Amino acid sequence: MKKLIAILTFIFLTFFTNAQEVKMADAMKENGKIYVVIAVMLTILAGLILYLIRLDRKISRLEKNK
Amino acid sequence: MRKSWWKILGVLLLVYTFIAGLLIEVPRNPQLEETIRNLFFHVCMWFGMMILFIVSFVRAIMYLRTSKPIHDIASRQYAGVGILFGLLGYLTGAIWMSYTWIDSNKSIFNSFDSIAREPKLIGAAIALLVYAAYLVLRDSIQDIDKRARISAVYNIFAFAMLFPSIWIIPRLLDSLHPGGSQGNPALDPGSASANMRLVFYPAIAGWTLIGVWIATLKIRMKIIHEQKLSQ
Repeated sequence: MKKLIAILTFIFLTFFTNAQEVKMADAMKENGKIYVVIAVMLTILAGLILYLIRLDRKISRLEKNK
Repeated sequence: MRKSWWKILGVLLLVYTFIAGLLIEVPRNPQLEETIRNLFFHVCMWFGMMILFIVSFVRAIMYLRTSKPIHDIASRQYAGVGILFGLLGYLTGAIWMSYTWIDSNKSIFNSFDSIAREPKLIGAAIALLVYAAYLVLRDSIQDIDKRARISAVYNIFAFAMLFPSIWIIPRLLDSLHPGGSQGNPALDPGSASANMRLVFYPAIAGWTLIGVWIATLKIRMKIIHEQKLSQ
């Protein structure tokens, strides 16, 4: 009986540790903090795209003036 | 500003990439953990680089067939943005590698010893150096027609070097990257789930469109510059 319990505990523990093995940002998503990262990345992207649009406009103006 | 539907599409695809790329469910890989999401950023740099180099190669052939200077300018600028994407791919790869490939049982120096043998790193370095030589060769020739013709021919050779250096040899050797000698990196079901592909393909298109946008801006700037010189 003791042996059986020991084996069962062992199996249970291995399953348990397997499930825990891969660390992902689950907690971060629960807290909603991942949205902060998205906001930061989108701000940078928006800045770069605005820069490109301004550059595009300037070049178009130069093309018209020639 | 020249309004084009593909510029808007490129921006929308990137916004989608940034949002969905961080929020979708990804496979739980014990070695990569959340860094698997780098597929939408690091890997897309390389795909963008390859597409830009293909455009550069096509424009080089068009120059040799027609001798119109516009194709020469375009070929040079697409190659330039392609190199930029390649360098960004290298830099992001260096960051990613130092969290996933470093062997914590060894010193960083010894760990790097095995990473430096990675065939994809060597192949990509060769490809980028071949294209860097293209820029050096171009700038070393004074005569405009000769410069355009020689660099177009060299561009074709540089493109041919992409085949062994990044498409063939790294696929034959064992690699730390997924799909070394066993298959397609990032494209086979083992390394990217169907869910990830929903973001991965739009991400490639988005990054490439932004690269094309930058290249067209540089081409237009160069044309204005040339017109100023000839006045």
